[in-house]
Amino acid sequence: MLSRTAENLYWMARFMERAGATARLIEMGQRMAVLPRSYSQEEWRSVAVAAGCIHLFEDEPVVDEAAIIRTLMLDKDTPSSISSCLERARSNGRSVRTALTRDVWEVLNEGWRMLEGTDAATAQRDLPALLDLVKQRAALFRGAAASSMLRTDRYDFVMIGTHVERADTTLRLLDVKYHVLLPETEVVGGGRDHHQWTSVLHATSAMRAFHHVYRGDYSPSKITDFLILNDAFPRSLAFCYDEIGLHLQKLARSYGQEHECHATVASMISRLDDLEMGELFQHGLHEFILEAMAVTRKLSSEIYRAYYF
Amino acid sequence: MVAGGLSAGNVLSTAAPNRELWSRIFRHPGAELDNITLTRFFDEMRGNGDAIRAPYERVSEWIDRSGLDLLRQRSAEAEAIFRRIGITFAVYGEGGDPERLIPFDLIPRIFSAEEWRRLSRGIEQRARALNAFLYDIYHRGEILRAGIIPADLVYRNAAFQPGMIGVEPPGKVYSHIVGIDIVRTDEGTFQVLEDNCRTPSGVSYMLENREIMMRMFPELFSGGGILPVDHYSNHLAKTLEELAPAACKGEPNVVLLTPGAHNSAYYEHSYLADLMGIELVEPLDLFVNDDLAWMRTTRGPQRVDVIYKRIDDDFIDPLAFRPDSMLGVPGLFNVYRAGGVTLCSAPGAGVADDKAVYVYVPDMIRFYLGESAILQNVPTWRCSDSDECAHVLDHLGEVVVKEVHGSGGYGMLIGPTATKDERKTYAKRIRENSADFIAQPTLDLSTVPTLGPRGIGGRHVDFRPYCLVGKQVRLVPGGLTRVALREGSLVVNSSQGGGVKDTWVLGD
Repeated sequence: MLSRTAENLYWMARFMERAGATARLIEMGQRMAVLPRSYSQEEWRSVAVAAGCIHLFEDEPVVDEAAIIRTLMLDKDTPSSISSCLERARSNGRSVRTALTRDVWEVLNEGWRMLEGTDAATAQRDLPALLDLVKQRAALFRGAAASSMLRTDRYDFVMIGTHVERADTTLRLLDVKYHVLLPETEVVGGGRDHHQWTSVLHATSAMRAFHHVYRGDYSPSKITDFLILNDAFPRSLAFCYDEIGLHLQKLARSYGQEHECHATVASMISRLDDLEMGELFQHGLHEFILEAMAVTRKLSSEIYRAYYF
Repeated sequence: MVAGGLSAGNVLSTAAPNRELWSRIFRHPGAELDNITLTRFFDEMRGNGDAIRAPYERVSEWIDRSGLDLLRQRSAEAEAIFRRIGITFAVYGEGGDPERLIPFDLIPRIFSAEEWRRLSRGIEQRARALNAFLYDIYHRGEILRAGIIPADLVYRNAAFQPGMIGVEPPGKVYSHIVGIDIVRTDEGTFQVLEDNCRTPSGVSYMLENREIMMRMFPELFSGGGILPVDHYSNHLAKTLEELAPAACKGEPNVVLLTPGAHNSAYYEHSYLADLMGIELVEPLDLFVNDDLAWMRTTRGPQRVDVIYKRIDDDFIDPLAFRPDSMLGVPGLFNVYRAGGVTLCSAPGAGVADDKAVYVYVPDMIRFYLGESAILQNVPTWRCSDSDECAHVLDHLGEVVVKEVHGSGGYGMLIGPTATKDERKTYAKRIRENSADFIAQPTLDLSTVPTLGPRGIGGRHVDFRPYCLVGKQVRLVPGGLTRVALREGSLVVNSSQGGGVKDTWVLGD
């Protein structure tokens, strides 16, 4: 397979995953903003930080819902905005049209203009419905890929892209929780903290799943345990790394060659296996998150090098 | 579509009687409904008279049987299919939808077996002569020494590549896919309008139009009288493979080189690559090492032996052609000259499709093949000649003027329909750079019945077959019929409101 084809498949999957993730982040912002004792501005600011876009708001006096919708949802020039993710996923797909199944192509081709012509006022009014549509589009993409693509190296690159992006999203969410949402003076475990942690669960579409596993006890350590170590939860760091590892292994088998990215993933997986959450939470969750983010970035560039992107 | 809508019985009861339908078919502005007027144009279905020409008998019955309403309905269905498959033609910079469909007309254009025998011999003859000419001008230049073609026309031609002098392309082939635009003006007269020796596009429409017709109207194809065209991609693959360079051992790796997804013909590029099962590469996917060409793959570098290039010469190698170009594969031209890779078409093949060189193609046929041309040229005035130029300027209102290096129907002056101001401005351009222009009489292009908003009417058509030149010459029985959809219009280019039709060649 051409390296460019692999690269396009990888980014197509990353952008579709990111479109869904940004939609969930905006939902999280909206939810936090209406909670009692909210510092509304801070909540929306945290959404921008989690999306990795806070620098775009430097000139804005306040970061509010309208600014977030304009920038993260509609603005085509913002790399992580939903609009530009849908468009870039489609243009990556179009460049490798022959490597896609018709099902996958149609999801991309029908969805890329869904926000076109939507103005900020309309978007704000219809926000929940629009965000639902975006999440559905991302789910359709995953479904079409899973049910129609041959399990060849093409599919491996789609899955690697999906899970690298997803691991990155989960880590950024956890980072934001620590970095922005929690003022130094606030006691961990306070009422506001509780709401913020549950918001993080909402942002990962994990509320119900969490209840099934932990029976409603919202301790921060259980939530982090769920999002980092629980390999049954599809948005946890452990699950994402397992998937990346699985598909990198498939590539190694079919190409007959392992690269540094294989070692990086293996060491992250064994690290996650050995981790004790309680201990980690007491002594340095934030450091761990920063380190995991760095590893994920390194992994992404190692994948680039390994397959000649 | 409603179930049962296909039944001919339903349709017959509501269909217009023949006479009325036919009067609608041949209605032109000013014509009385009951007075079937034929224009001076030769109609491929009706000739110059009332009788249906033999090749069209079956289709004519089919039109009668179906009636306008059903044809309209099927036409909308066909468009929906085209859109869903994503067969688009990109037109950028004009606003509107950048990915447009080329309008498809259901009523086919048909050649009899006899007509095709003559056409195909003429097409193959021309493709051989054009390649012989290209070999000659990059070697001894015999035709120039013999004084048959002025040397300036070749050596000072913008498409001439000095770097190709003395290069031996595999099979001595320069133009591997020759698209020859042919028009018909009456029963027995076919004329060549121009040759396309570099990257003629449109063959995907030939293939898709047939697919869609067979899918929608299987009854028309029953009995096997219509010769198939779907082996084109096999022939193309064979043509490319058999011209692998000497450096290639074993099965050649053939790729299709596209400028990328933003090119107007990108759909065709991906479609052909898919049909042949070869990689669709962009310049950045290729690199040169050790006098060989390679592509970057996830398994590491892989050798490339034959490049079917759908990209202009100027943009294939910045080291050899355009240093300012961001596109291209540095060093590729050197690899080609050293015999490490085959480029199809060869750089510099454009000299042969220059409109000033076109005038000499019948002479080339005589010179290289010792035959007389089976297909005639359209009479052409060269504005480089002062007498001919004066004639053109005196008759601007009657002729079509074209830029020598132009293509795609841009930059033409159609004298009879141009305004006085347009003619004046154009005359000034001709005087300033007379060598850049040629002129031809306004041709009475033949028409084929075509479904329009006001019924069925004759619309002007041309025809582009795709002749493949490898170790042997191959031509599938068919090609692309382009149709000027606007009533009275003579411009068939897809960028200028043209549409396409399926083209049938009947067996014996």
